[in-house]
Amino acid sequence: MRKLVISIVLVNLLAACASEPKKEPVAEAPAPAPVTKKAEEPKMAPAVPAKAAVDPLDDPASILANRSTYYPFDVAVVQEEDKPLVQAHAKYLSENSNRNVRLEGNCDERGSNEYNLGLGQRRADGVKKMLELGGASAGQLESVSYGEEKPRCIDHNESCWKQNRRTDLNYAR
Amino acid sequence: MMLRVLQGMAGLLLLMQASMASAVLTIEIIGAGEHQIPVSIVPFGGDEKIAQSINEVVTGDLQRSGLFRLVDPTGKSPHVPAEVNFPDWEVRGAEALAIGTVAAQNGRIEARFRLLDVVKQTELIAQAVSASEIQVRAIGHRIADMIYEKLTGDKGVFSTRIAYVNRQEKKFSLIVADSDGHNEQTVLAQNDPIMSPAWSPDGSQLAYVSFETGHAVVYVQSLYSNQRRVLANFRGSNSAPVWSSDGKQMALVLTRDGSSQIYLARPDGSDIRRITFSGAIDTEPHFSPDGEYLLFTSDRGGSPQIYRMPVKGGPTERLTFGDGSNFSPRHSPDGKNFVFAHLNNGRFYIAMQDLQTGQMTLLTEGGWEKKPSFAPNGKLILFASEGRGRGILATVSSDGRVKQHMFTQSGDAREPVWGPYP
Repeated sequence: MRKLVISIVLVNLLAACASEPKKEPVAEAPAPAPVTKKAEEPKMAPAVPAKAAVDPLDDPASILANRSTYYPFDVAVVQEEDKPLVQAHAKYLSENSNRNVRLEGNCDERGSNEYNLGLGQRRADGVKKMLELGGASAGQLESVSYGEEKPRCIDHNESCWKQNRRTDLNYAR
Repeated sequence: MMLRVLQGMAGLLLLMQASMASAVLTIEIIGAGEHQIPVSIVPFGGDEKIAQSINEVVTGDLQRSGLFRLVDPTGKSPHVPAEVNFPDWEVRGAEALAIGTVAAQNGRIEARFRLLDVVKQTELIAQAVSASEIQVRAIGHRIADMIYEKLTGDKGVFSTRIAYVNRQEKKFSLIVADSDGHNEQTVLAQNDPIMSPAWSPDGSQLAYVSFETGHAVVYVQSLYSNQRRVLANFRGSNSAPVWSSDGKQMALVLTRDGSSQIYLARPDGSDIRRITFSGAIDTEPHFSPDGEYLLFTSDRGGSPQIYRMPVKGGPTERLTFGDGSNFSPRHSPDGKNFVFAHLNNGRFYIAMQDLQTGQMTLLTEGGWEKKPSFAPNGKLILFASEGRGRGILATVSSDGRVKQHMFTQSGDAREPVWGPYP
């Protein structure tokens, strides 16, 4: 039994890593310990689906694995293509009232830091409102803004900027 | 970057590399004032015996202002009036001459200096300035301020300080430094962003925004005791703090009631009251020197522009029009102009606008230039720029003629703001 639990943990970790290679280093900080423990059975992990025990939030195939909405320049409304994603999270939150999520608004650097702080807040608030309309309760949600202070990419070009104009749905673990 | 600026300035060009002995930073000066006053600073007698040359501080300050041409004193070294032969200096083209002596005693350094008018052969200043050994640069700044004021008629700002944020990878530091970038002191260092430092009018406190608790919270910190207090920590974002010039109230931006709106508060954080009701993003408030008006940034008209409103309530007017968007307004100390960041076609410029006429002037060639603030004498504007791929501090004279770039040793300098007179 103990062995099974450990391998499920391992599957979850791998799933999380595969779906989000560039994000959430903080949330994944506790990872190293179980991985080293389980080092002698690396092949087993991918083979075990363990579907029943996996929280859909950790299923890399689920739409819920996608946790960012993206925006055009100086726009804060959730775009059409991101609506199914936000609605899926709303449904998940309404069915899992013990889950809390932080909505973190971010901007590209074209604006003052303060204006972008306001714009990022507006982006996060837009997602928050949509989640509430979809059934999540206000108590599960917190919206904050990092403005342009936590860029994913730091070059002065559109390929960078478009990655920085986003709201991240950061679930509390 | 440098090359482009040089090309832009072709013609009237003076480039100096003033690399300071302590190598904290490099300063490049581009351009020159319209009327440069030729002045010669003779190294003070005894200057070579103290750890930090006062002469170097004084000449560095005067050079950076762009308003002086430093006449080489080589070969002559008078330290007292009796040793001065005025024709020697007239021949070299100097209109003014600074001489003096410096001595260390019991941990204190005293400089006795005189400023002489070469043409009229008169004494303009005779003054002793002293400070503890560790503040020897302050003596130089004080002397430079006196020379500047006597020869230009405007008060000098060399003894003032600046605040800015240094970002190195994920490490953020709130720094206070002398106006020349030296004498850096770290007020706060952490792994979360810091932004929007603001000086109290007496220079004793800094307000700033820190993300250390996971969202934007406004703190006020004493520069003497380092103790700090939370000014505003409501849900969402708390930001953009600024004092009124009498120090009796502060303006800040909160999202506790929805989008970013401007609020007034007492400096202790009490009596918070909302003063904008736009539903748009209203941010970056800045009090006029008389405390009657606030300039601010708002996107209520579609794009971010500069607006002005009476602090006590009344009609709000839009001040910037035309192409592009505008951010970060700050009144000039005399209240007649304001500076701001102008974004057009993907480039940020530092711009100034006359409040009376509405006339807007670009002060820089454009690039990644943000967050301007006036020196307390209104003659220079400090802003965030970019050079050699890093965020740097830069200044431009209010007539746009003289620019300087200050390269800190490492990391990106951001969010600078010029402090008040000491």
